[in-house]
Amino acid sequence: MRDSAARVRPRAGAAGTPAETVVSVRGLRMSYGATEVLRGVDLTLRRGEVVALLGPNGAGKTTTVEILEGFRARSAGEARVLGRDPEHGGEDWRARVGVVLQSWRDHGAWRVRDLVHHFGRFHAPYSEPGRPRPHDTDELLAAVGLTEHARRRVRDLSGGQRRRVDVALGVVGRPELLFLDEPTAGFDPVARCGFHDLVHRLADEEDTTVLLTTHDLDEAEKLADRILILAGGVVVADGSADQLSGLVARESEVTWTVNGRRHVHSTARPARHVAGLHAEHGGGITDLRVSSATLEDVYMAMVRRHESGDAEAAAAEFTKEIR
Amino acid sequence: MNARANAVAAGLSRGWIEFRASFTNFQEVFGGYLLMPTIFMVIALLLGRESVEGAGTSVGALMMAAGITMQLVMLGLATVAQVLGTEREDGTLLRARATPHGLLGYAAAKTWHVLLMSTVALALMVAPGVLFVDGFVLRGAAGALTLAWVFALAMLSLAPIGCVLGATLNNPRTGAGLTMVPVLGLIMVSGVMSPITAMAGWVQDLAQFFPVYWIGLGVRAALLPADHAALELTGTWQLPQVAGVLALWAVVGFAVAPWVLRRMARRESGSRVQAARERAMKRGY
Repeated sequence: MRDSAARVRPRAGAAGTPAETVVSVRGLRMSYGATEVLRGVDLTLRRGEVVALLGPNGAGKTTTVEILEGFRARSAGEARVLGRDPEHGGEDWRARVGVVLQSWRDHGAWRVRDLVHHFGRFHAPYSEPGRPRPHDTDELLAAVGLTEHARRRVRDLSGGQRRRVDVALGVVGRPELLFLDEPTAGFDPVARCGFHDLVHRLADEEDTTVLLTTHDLDEAEKLADRILILAGGVVVADGSADQLSGLVARESEVTWTVNGRRHVHSTARPARHVAGLHAEHGGGITDLRVSSATLEDVYMAMVRRHESGDAEAAAAEFTKEIR
Repeated sequence: MNARANAVAAGLSRGWIEFRASFTNFQEVFGGYLLMPTIFMVIALLLGRESVEGAGTSVGALMMAAGITMQLVMLGLATVAQVLGTEREDGTLLRARATPHGLLGYAAAKTWHVLLMSTVALALMVAPGVLFVDGFVLRGAAGALTLAWVFALAMLSLAPIGCVLGATLNNPRTGAGLTMVPVLGLIMVSGVMSPITAMAGWVQDLAQFFPVYWIGLGVRAALLPADHAALELTGTWQLPQVAGVLALWAVVGFAVAPWVLRRMARRESGSRVQAARERAMKRGY
């Protein structure tokens, strides 16, 4: 079951006037020498959305994000981020964009509180009514769960704690748009869960638009309002996790155990099958489970099609189906 | 406060925090501050009271002047290059880039940090030298003043060169070691340890092109007795030339270094830092 179903937030464009466009990309291309990494990416992010960018290694996720962050010059195409060309955003634009970087061994000798406070100071001149910048250092440390580590040196923290420092540094300027590249790589399940809560809180309370890249399908499903699958340098699928999983293998899988024997049955009408089982075996059924197509199925199907050289056809088909 | 001034102020406090934190790391305290004074104090005390031929200067005092020159050159070139190369590799610079006016703050921080560090390093050479080495004294207010401006111009002329080296090195650790070979060579031929008059004419000409020779000359002018000047190339301290050459290097350096730094910073991104990290993991340090 999706725990994020409990999130109550206005889905962008769900009803009434569509929310303001924060990121708009048309025909984005990127080549390194003769290698074409992006071959015409289109994507749109609206205010308050959490969007996950999925894709196999080398699909161009990181390149896309780095272009939007303003860290990389594109080869061709149109990109608007918070109303500006990210390549020439300027310092006031930079103040509205948050980037969660992967810390490695930088700032090891710094104490957590000093570091967060230091980077916050740069944002003070960009404070706006309704969006005071920066965050209060101690409130922010509490929000990311680092209060008890505030006096520790960064090099003495665990991997998960360091990542929280990265997040704090990424959001200290109360950004309108936040980029997260592989946010939970190397996390244990508990740390991952805590991190997901944190991103939800930031998105809900600050109305921050979030674009994250990940390899983890479960994470994309839990965090994102919308998922984009990037393969072969183009966006091959775009929709909510539910919309995407509706696209493949419409049959559901019913598994159950009766008299110590395990059974599996595929059906388009799982409810009817379960009713039949109950009529037949009554209370003798244990371990009953009904699973429908998962995001993983969609993802595997898309990537497989891409690898067989059929990505564009697949993309066209998927986009048509969603619309 | 205006955003640029604010960033510079934040940068200065960053420089101070990093300067303070460097004292908690034994390696930095020993390698950065104590190693050179220890080496040169030992040399100066062992060679003791012998006088330099042709002047009343004690060998110990000459060695201390050489030690100060070497310390300044090492800080301005090697330390600056290594810090910059390391912080580019580990993502410190990228964080600055992701912050409004972050690179301005970073530059202010590094300038202030190097200034504080080299002041302490200079004091750690001068103070024990004055206390224990025969014939090594501050030559009144004029001598102290000369030492102060030679020191300031030395750092201003060297730090930009260190920046450019750090920006161009691929591997900050082995790379900084490699650049030390020509720097040490330059120190050898610049009359820091032994009189430049012993060198071949073309070596003397070459050495006079670079700042190291002029820093050494300025330091000797500030700390050695006036008659030692007779042993220099022209028989005088040439202080106007010292100021002129170092100032010229500083002006050229400050014109070129920001451009190189901006180019370097523009190339930084998460995936480059990630790639550097993987390279470092592979080689194991």
